[in-house]
Amino acid sequence: MNDTKKPSPLGRDSGLSPQSSVLTTPDGRPYHDQPQWRNDFPIDWPQDELVARRDFTKFLVLTSLAFVVGQAWIFVENVRRKRRAVPPVRKIARLADVPVGAAVTFAYPEPHDDCLLVRIAEDRFVAYGQKCTHLSCAVTPRLAENCLFCPCHHGVFDLATGVPTAGPPRRPLPRVVLEIRDGTIYAKGVEVRT
Amino acid sequence: MSAPSQFEFFVDPNRCIGCQSCVAACSECDTHRGHSMIHLEYVDRPISVQTVPVICMHCDSPTCAEVCPADAIKRTEDGVVQTARKPRCIACNNCVLACPFGVPKMKTEFQLMMKCDMCYDRTSVGSKPMCASVCPSGALHYGTREEVELLRPNSQPVNTFQFGAQTITTKVNMMVPRNKGIQHIDVTAAMNEDAVNPAGMMENLYED
Repeated sequence: MNDTKKPSPLGRDSGLSPQSSVLTTPDGRPYHDQPQWRNDFPIDWPQDELVARRDFTKFLVLTSLAFVVGQAWIFVENVRRKRRAVPPVRKIARLADVPVGAAVTFAYPEPHDDCLLVRIAEDRFVAYGQKCTHLSCAVTPRLAENCLFCPCHHGVFDLATGVPTAGPPRRPLPRVVLEIRDGTIYAKGVEVRT
Repeated sequence: MSAPSQFEFFVDPNRCIGCQSCVAACSECDTHRGHSMIHLEYVDRPISVQTVPVICMHCDSPTCAEVCPADAIKRTEDGVVQTARKPRCIACNNCVLACPFGVPKMKTEFQLMMKCDMCYDRTSVGSKPMCASVCPSGALHYGTREEVELLRPNSQPVNTFQFGAQTITTKVNMMVPRNKGIQHIDVTAAMNEDAVNPAGMMENLYED
């Protein structure tokens, strides 16, 4: 049957050997009229293994371009972080409103950055960002166990330092720098730790 | 390495005696030892013991490969559709359902679709496929077109099939009576028992 060989449906510029001419498409239209995915996922083995020099170069250029853009983005983000304004000093609560062992939630520095203030002793206050460093669930204080607990994947942070002690989180919670002045607690900065 | 183009496969269901030699030979093959890739089907068991060997027809536009979502079924340049590539096959059964001839087999123990590849290990080096080398009645014949014309003067090879609106051209030929016009059965209608007279269907088979 092969003595009546059809001309290559892929045309001359496809760079394929004439042996791969058995290819026919279900609708019978020539190969260059077919959608792009047929070229991307060819049924025939030789075409499937073919990597054209131009495609390879394109892949190489685009990949290295993506790396360059990524590096530039990291650099720009670093510069922006350094230039960012010092977060404002914001009042959280009055001392009298937070008894020992109580926790207060507040937003700092942005309205969506939920934080947690815990009075662990008469004169000791700690405040952390409430987002778990694993997958950003809200951590809850467990004063009896002296920890902050993330219910999503059972992550545990030390209450005194914010360092992860159990579960999936690997980085400590961001610490909110506190200042107590005239019987009022103020937040005056966020310390992101790694 | 590719199968020589002058050799072709000819299936002559009229000559099948149902001896299961092809099935046994197929499972001897080293590439899939113990698993036969050939189907030996009864045409209509309640009426007749007539059997038909079913091998992969190696379509020009293989439906199994068309429907494969994992891009696992490939055809080599000699037109032989191969078993699904093991690293790609996701054992989704699409090909099994789509093949109009019912050829692909899902081997769940390997999570792989396996099918007749015309004994690619043998035909690519010029040998006959296992089934064709053992068939005692010549129902499975692998050879040149001239050879088959001499051997079967009353038959002619057909490699175009109609399934509903889908026309399929295959690499493997089916032998049909020479003096009769080629008839395409509406498979979907034939599957509906009310639409055909089963006895009449068999009469056609026996006439020659």
